[in-house]
Amino acid sequence: MDAGIIILISIAYVAFLFLIAYLAEKREKAGRSLVNNSVIYSLSLAVYCTAWTYYGSVGRAATSGLGFLPTYIGPAIVAPLWWVLLKKVIVISKSQRITSIADFISSRYGKSTWLGVIATLIAVFGIIPYISIQLKAISTSFDLLATKQGALYLHAEIPFYLDSALYIAIALAVFTILFGTRNLDPNERHEGLVAAIAFESILKLMAFLMVGFFVTFWIYDGFGSIFRKAMSNPELSRLFSLEETNINGWEWFWLSFLSMSAVLLLPRQFHVSVVENTNPNHVGKASWLFPLYLLLINIFVLPIAIAGLDQFPAGAVEPDSFVLSLPLAHNKEILALFVGLGGFSAATSMVIVAVIALSIMIGNNLVLPLLLRTQAFHEEQYINLNVRLLGIRRISIIVVLLLAYGYFKAVGEQYTLVSVGLISFTAITQFVPAVLGGIYWKRATKKGALWGLLAGFGIWAYTLPLPTMVETGVLPIQFIDHGPFGIELLKPHQLFGLTGASHITQAAFWSLTANTVIYFFVSLFTSQSPLEVSQADLFVDIYKYRKGSTDYDVMRRQAMVKDIRILLNRFLGEPRGNLLLNAYENSQRIDLAQQKVAGADLVNYAETHLAGAIGAASAKIIIGSITKEEPISLEEMFKVLEQTKEIIQYSKALERKSAELERTTKQLKEANERLKELDRLKADFITTVTHELRTPITSIKALSKIIKETPNLPEEQKQEFLTIVVSESERLTRLINQVLDLEKIQSGPENRTLAPIDFAAVTERAYSGLRQLMRDRNIRHELMIEHQPLKVKGNNDRLTQVVVNLISNAIKFSKEGNGAITVHLCQDGQMAVLKVQDNGKGIQPKDQKLIFEKFTQLSDEDRGKPKGSGLGLFITHSIVAQHGGNIHVESQPEMGATFIVEIPIWTEKSQ
Amino acid sequence: MPLQGGVSTPASSCPVAKNHFPSPLNMTDKTNTKILLVDDEPNILVVLEFLVKKEGYQAFKAENGEQALLTMASQAPHIVVLDVMMPGMDGFEVARKIRANTRYDDTRIIFLTAKGTQEDRFKGYATGGEVYITKPFDNDELINTINEVVEFG
Repeated sequence: MDAGIIILISIAYVAFLFLIAYLAEKREKAGRSLVNNSVIYSLSLAVYCTAWTYYGSVGRAATSGLGFLPTYIGPAIVAPLWWVLLKKVIVISKSQRITSIADFISSRYGKSTWLGVIATLIAVFGIIPYISIQLKAISTSFDLLATKQGALYLHAEIPFYLDSALYIAIALAVFTILFGTRNLDPNERHEGLVAAIAFESILKLMAFLMVGFFVTFWIYDGFGSIFRKAMSNPELSRLFSLEETNINGWEWFWLSFLSMSAVLLLPRQFHVSVVENTNPNHVGKASWLFPLYLLLINIFVLPIAIAGLDQFPAGAVEPDSFVLSLPLAHNKEILALFVGLGGFSAATSMVIVAVIALSIMIGNNLVLPLLLRTQAFHEEQYINLNVRLLGIRRISIIVVLLLAYGYFKAVGEQYTLVSVGLISFTAITQFVPAVLGGIYWKRATKKGALWGLLAGFGIWAYTLPLPTMVETGVLPIQFIDHGPFGIELLKPHQLFGLTGASHITQAAFWSLTANTVIYFFVSLFTSQSPLEVSQADLFVDIYKYRKGSTDYDVMRRQAMVKDIRILLNRFLGEPRGNLLLNAYENSQRIDLAQQKVAGADLVNYAETHLAGAIGAASAKIIIGSITKEEPISLEEMFKVLEQTKEIIQYSKALERKSAELERTTKQLKEANERLKELDRLKADFITTVTHELRTPITSIKALSKIIKETPNLPEEQKQEFLTIVVSESERLTRLINQVLDLEKIQSGPENRTLAPIDFAAVTERAYSGLRQLMRDRNIRHELMIEHQPLKVKGNNDRLTQVVVNLISNAIKFSKEGNGAITVHLCQDGQMAVLKVQDNGKGIQPKDQKLIFEKFTQLSDEDRGKPKGSGLGLFITHSIVAQHGGNIHVESQPEMGATFIVEIPIWTEKSQ
Repeated sequence: MPLQGGVSTPASSCPVAKNHFPSPLNMTDKTNTKILLVDDEPNILVVLEFLVKKEGYQAFKAENGEQALLTMASQAPHIVVLDVMMPGMDGFEVARKIRANTRYDDTRIIFLTAKGTQEDRFKGYATGGEVYITKPFDNDELINTINEVVEFG
């Protein structure tokens, strides 16, 4: 086909793109935006699919089968996360009027100029190889279409002025300048561009599908036939096997990760997905439409690769150009031309958007900040900066494309499209820590981001682009094989001895690890400036601030209204500048003509709008030149922090108080329960004591009256009655004594009367006193005393009372008719131990502590009516406690109970 | 001497155990009237036995609830003088068991107890007691009450 026709068609195509862009911009001005919908948005995202996808995927598939997939799996995996991640980035960028990925990073870390410069350099050097492969693809396809037999010459070997690739680069530069820099949009939005890109996405998809259909259904009889063909050929069938593709899980992971990051952070992706975004909610639909696009454009990759390998003798045709060679080989020239146009559109869309994005970065984040530092720039008051900015951009577009051409000429031809593209992906991945950390980790500092980026970029440059220089002869081959100066550990492709991974994977691994680790630790050990703190706050908590006021003041700034007007007019052009100030007047309901001094609010307003045109860092510098800038003093900063701290402390104190209250309430509740219980016990006690008092009184009263009123009472009977009266009187006395005892014991210890006494003798005496009673009740009884004497410090009467009480209790509760009681005294270490065992009903575990409390009597059902005041065990317990001892009961229901008393042994020392 | 407590339940919210309308005893011969004395205090039983026998009644003694029910079964006494606080089965329980047996429908129960609260009194009537006397009692008062119960029901 005649080269002239191809050139003509290409120019016609470009003209058509301009028409689309023109129409879209016209509609935008009319307020009926063409691109403000999620379908166009998704299609514009498909700028991700470049000549790499269009030609390179087939090339990759022809050599490593399914190995072409990770580049598309990554974005598909991460797409559902866009709703959270990308949307947040968009919202932040809109509120901060961010113009590029470098601007985003610079803005997040305190609008740092240096960070913007570094990020721009990474982006430019990272993307140049990527642009170079587009040049390669265009020139290769041009050669193919024109001659039907691939490259006529090696680009590296002919003088540049005869090289078609150079003219393609120049044409693209002109094309990009026309597209992207006709005017300076304050928000860096180019609806015409987006419309053209979307159209190109449709065209390249259609062209690729068409060649796919042609190969699959014209040359072969559908997928079945093509894959059967492949299966019958062992050379081809290995392409479908994951094991045979030389790509293991580690590689898959890294390749997917690289593409995941690239789809968001590549300058052109950031530009279309964030800067050109018209509505953050378009992200939702895009997160499934875009993966769908990727799926469609990948369907025919394998069939075309198989067909190419099948149709052409091995090595005759470069696999990267199968897409074009196949229709050409079958003499389908029109189809081939259309396919070539598809490839052209894939390459041009990438180049245009990428170069525009880079030129914005170079202008706003690299050149302008440096210019602003020169005194001369400030003196040229009357130059129209609007025009100068556009000039800077145009020059940077030309420089970038020439650099790309240079890279292509130097090394581009030796490498496949995909391998060069992945070099760029790895460079861009260096932005991941700074961006992700930037929007989710407030503590991240500028220094952390700066050093992390530098380290990652350094390792990337050393391991990936530098070794490619070997091809050009700049570096000796020993550099790759044995490391610099023969240091094997520093071999760029096996850095630090990491072998077995591909160049890309090991470079990605080391650069990203170093980047992340340094970012994290430097952030931890450095502090943030006030502006960094506020920007970090804004980025991380964007949804909190978006609703409220847009200006988050760390600077109290003042400027002359006049100066602001001049600045806006200089950078945005007079119409736009006036428009902005009028809008401000309307929204604030003020008249700026009446004000000489602009407050912080207007200054911030101007800065944000300037940032939209020239980047955050530059805007900061420019606004700084006209404002009396008082960063909030350290003192004031501390005051704010102090207040925050106070509030935190106050709320902590409140928490403490409320916890205390809760505790107190609980204690009160418990105390109340306890009081109620005591009240109940007291009432029971009174009933018991009253009963105990009434019973003897009843007998005494009745019998006395009988004796008194019955004169002829037989003497014998009279005696009997009088005996009862006496005994009941004694009973009364005993009871009263017990109540008094209780009072006495409770009112204080009887330390003065404590003296060394023989506990064995006390026990024996008490036991003897009750022996008759036990005999009367038919209770078997036994006393065992192991040590005699057993000296304890105590009160004779009191201890006797203890033993008597315990044995009386045992008598009361031992088995009726077949009772048995054992009293056992021994020494255990420093304690005299007295055990009194009965064989009665025993005591429920729940009652075993309760019985030592005052007024407690076990309930009737369990024990029958207790014979006593409910004071016996309480008194016993009190006496034992006063002797420094303790008492407890061991018992199981129906198995009897054993009361165990321990009293400390008396020694000379204890005296 | 007015009938203490009366044979009917006092007007109160306290529930009545069951429909219990005994016919008058109308015992003319005191020597044929059997009285069961129940108390866990032997000394009190001594007093009660002396007083009742002196008046001419037949007296039977029981020291606890079980004994009392056994004696009920063998002697079918006309009147039971019943203590409340006793080991094992208490007086209220004994009264309930007596009232549960239709054989003893004509038996009168006189509570004689140290438990003197209004609540206990109601409980006494509710479980089927006709009279409630608190300890310490007056000898004449007790005998008069027994006589009235015997004569007028």
